[in-house]
Amino acid sequence: MYDLIVVGGGPAGMAAACAAWDAGLRNILIVERDRELGGILNQCIHNGFGLTYFKEELTGPEYAHRFARLLSETGVEVRTDTMVLDVTPDRRVHMTGPETGYRIEEARSVILSMGCRERTRGAIAIPGTRPAGIYTAGAAQRYVNVEGWMPGKRVVILGSGDIGLIMARRMTLEGAKVLACVEVMPYSGGLTRNIVQCLEDFDIPLYLSHTVTDIRGRDRVEQVVVSQVDARRNPIPGTEMVFDCDTLLLSVGLIPENELTERAGIEMDPRTKGAAVYENMETSVPGVFACGNVAHVHDLVDFVTKESQRAGTAAAKYVLEGPAEGKGVPIKNGDGVSYTVPQRVRLQNAGDAFSVFFRVNRIYGKAEIVVEAGGREVCRFKRDRLSPGEMENISVPVKLLGGEPEEIRVFVREA
Amino acid sequence: MVDVAVVGCGVIGAAAAMELARYEVSVAVLERENDVAVGTTKANSAILHAGYDPKPGTLMARLNVRGAALAKEYCEKLDVPYKQCGSLVVAFSEKDEETLRELYGRGVKNGVEGLEIISGDEARRREPELAGTVRAALWAPSAAIVSPWEMCLAFAETAVKNGAELRLNTAVTGLSRGDGFWTVHTDKGYIQARYVINAAGVDSDTVHDMAAPHSFEVKPSRGEYYLLDKSEGTRVNSVIFQCPSEKGKGVLVSPTVHGNLIVGPNAEGSDRHDLATTAGGLEFVKETARLSVPGVDFSKSIRNFAGVRANTGFDDFRIGFAAPGFLDLAGICSPGLTSAPAIAEYAAELLRGAGLELRRKDEFVFFRRRLRFKELSQEEREDLVAMYPEYGRVICRCETVTEGEILACLRTPIPPVSVDGVKRRVNAGMGRCQGGFCAPRVVEILSRELGITPGEVVQDRAGMRLLFNETKGGGENV
Amino acid sequence: MRELICIVCPRGCRLKVDDGLNVTGNFCPRGAEYAKAELTHPTRTVTSTVRVEGAEIPRCPVKTAAPVPKERIRDVMAALDGVTLRAPVRVGDTVIDDVCGTGVKVVATRRL
Repeated sequence: MYDLIVVGGGPAGMAAACAAWDAGLRNILIVERDRELGGILNQCIHNGFGLTYFKEELTGPEYAHRFARLLSETGVEVRTDTMVLDVTPDRRVHMTGPETGYRIEEARSVILSMGCRERTRGAIAIPGTRPAGIYTAGAAQRYVNVEGWMPGKRVVILGSGDIGLIMARRMTLEGAKVLACVEVMPYSGGLTRNIVQCLEDFDIPLYLSHTVTDIRGRDRVEQVVVSQVDARRNPIPGTEMVFDCDTLLLSVGLIPENELTERAGIEMDPRTKGAAVYENMETSVPGVFACGNVAHVHDLVDFVTKESQRAGTAAAKYVLEGPAEGKGVPIKNGDGVSYTVPQRVRLQNAGDAFSVFFRVNRIYGKAEIVVEAGGREVCRFKRDRLSPGEMENISVPVKLLGGEPEEIRVFVREA
Repeated sequence: MVDVAVVGCGVIGAAAAMELARYEVSVAVLERENDVAVGTTKANSAILHAGYDPKPGTLMARLNVRGAALAKEYCEKLDVPYKQCGSLVVAFSEKDEETLRELYGRGVKNGVEGLEIISGDEARRREPELAGTVRAALWAPSAAIVSPWEMCLAFAETAVKNGAELRLNTAVTGLSRGDGFWTVHTDKGYIQARYVINAAGVDSDTVHDMAAPHSFEVKPSRGEYYLLDKSEGTRVNSVIFQCPSEKGKGVLVSPTVHGNLIVGPNAEGSDRHDLATTAGGLEFVKETARLSVPGVDFSKSIRNFAGVRANTGFDDFRIGFAAPGFLDLAGICSPGLTSAPAIAEYAAELLRGAGLELRRKDEFVFFRRRLRFKELSQEEREDLVAMYPEYGRVICRCETVTEGEILACLRTPIPPVSVDGVKRRVNAGMGRCQGGFCAPRVVEILSRELGITPGEVVQDRAGMRLLFNETKGGGENV
Repeated sequence: MRELICIVCPRGCRLKVDDGLNVTGNFCPRGAEYAKAELTHPTRTVTSTVRVEGAEIPRCPVKTAAPVPKERIRDVMAALDGVTLRAPVRVGDTVIDDVCGTGVKVVATRRL
């Protein structure tokens, strides 16, 4: 019987395990499906990681290495090349691996940190032929950075998510010609700095309010057709541009990978597509926590780390001190807010303040984020700019709530 | 010289080859592509129709009903995913109800068992997701769903195991008649055969014209589909058809044997190799499907595809000798998949009638099993991984496919040479991430096991290159 | 007056720089440094890979240990083409001591 089993050894799982160790748990197992720890960071060879957490600029593999090193100084057990197939509500973890064999381990607590996957062509139903040469940006990233093979020479990128932008620069540096980055929304889905250093540095045009409306070619992509879209995101006839290219990269969104979570009967939030969690990242199943991209998709690994440390500490507290007390007060997303994490807060368990992470649903200039409790405004946070591409984070002091409200609401008010 | 050359290894060619492999005759199957089942066979509704559709008295009617029964038996023997889930044809109007009665009458004449016309309420009791506008439905308990490419593969493997020769990457370019035999010219030399079977699918007219005067033309009809995530796979329990029209059997909503939901097709005339989907076509499919099952959540789409059917504008299959020793199994449109085993049986009969001596082999291997890690019990998994560690490594996360299964399919009688070839055999890449995670791993395994560079691994057909050149001064294919 | 977006961190501050190279709009001092450098001699950190033998994977990720002049990025990439490492490789190992005469090291960023 383990005190804690962590499912997934990416940045979330590593940070959670370290924090649980620091909080006093000793019998911890991390199960990682890849051959080594680090998750997707190992293929994210660009820099820009760690500015918040380590106050220095690291590449993905370096960021992963820092935590792998911290872990190696603890007694946390790591099983790599091992995939978790099932987690039951009574915290039995089914796993399989060539060395591990097929086995079932029991745990007093479980942390789910499986990360996320990319949306595909089928998810967005792009019409056209079905040739080779259509990749998700992450798959292309693996081919280029890990396998050392170029998946294309003339490239169009659909979607301006960060991985797509990073791959625009990466493939350009490796000799490919990136013809365009096409985004259906009127704003970019990625970080502004990536628009500058990945597109503008290399004179790659960004077409906002455009999308791919046809793919042509029998064996390999030969052309893609790009059209402007109207305010309702429908293509406008007559605006077609044809690009001669051999590759289409898709960077059209990430989805938390929650097969295990759903099979465990854990309550899901359709807005985040992750588990609904309490202030300490605990799910609806006591002793089972979720953190990182499996809970909601982050832009910055630094925030994944911090969130996962909270989950790790909370798992330790659960095992050492028993279940958290209190009834969950629902946190609702009001005007301008797409979702909140956590979805519920147990005020007795929240300490002096609790963090709320969320995304806005459109671009705002100067605006205020307002928190209401039981219909009464309790605090406001000023922002110069808000964008759906950048996750927001506020810390709500418990004492301002003045007791336990029926619900808490977070919304945006334009200045 | 072989006794029989079969042109094309879709489900019809494969079934014919398997049928002939029961007998002491030599068979060569010539397939243009690098794998079997890659034409119409892999892109259709994956339904085994009960047989109430074809007009009584047609060849199609007889072969459909017989084929459905044989397919059930063959799938069981050859480990092909199959589920007899039944089908409903739903009626929205008085006219539709008339159609149901007509289909019922045809079905009875065709020998379809268990047909029943039920009320809208009864239909909704069985299928709670059916629209409130459904007034009545025709229930056909013998309809089934199947994995069409695995069915074809199982037939082809069984043919090969029993002595048939399969020549992949071999395109037939011409036919010439010798003295009591045919010379089949291909892009890889020629082969002589006493009999030729034309099972060339959408190109069956082209192959026909190589041997006989022009008498029909394939007028391909393209159908577009949605494949939805497993979370939608239980939306309906059986195949939900709308009333057929002159355009085809209409848009259906059906579970698949792999646990997904399939929705489609439309029917548009197209070029014979045009497998493109269109915004308009997909929209039509979506809107039409919602008439019968309004709750289908299309945001759960994981793939769209299109398939081409070999229609000839004739309401029966075109089966028969077009020239001495040249047998057309042509114009095999729907219900061709269902009819395939019966078409093969009938083809053998016709060849016998034309003088081919068919003597049963003493031994016919009619057995096939594949190990599916996902379907094993806990104890079986423990034992398997302890003995063969490669079955412990999961390559495809979405479908839980292990490296052991991929390595095993590379040792079958018709090993895959492409990423999609692996997918058709073991389901790797069929799930919600559509190969995003596992394709690079499958490329790595294929490259290692086939002794080729990653740059030589193809997505599907030869020429569907995935990777262009190595980074870091690798140049082309270094 | 020039406007530019700071790329030092994910905040992406909108910076304004006047003719005397006075910077406004920056959240932190590094933004001012970035703006001045960007207008006088822009630099970038280059991240890429080099060949590696004897490791589980065929490429080892690397980076320039400091930013290099923007116009030298292509030269740095070309220099990496000629490098092959042998495992074991540690994070921080020098791959090229002074890349293209920039005075900047290229270092490995993954242990292999």
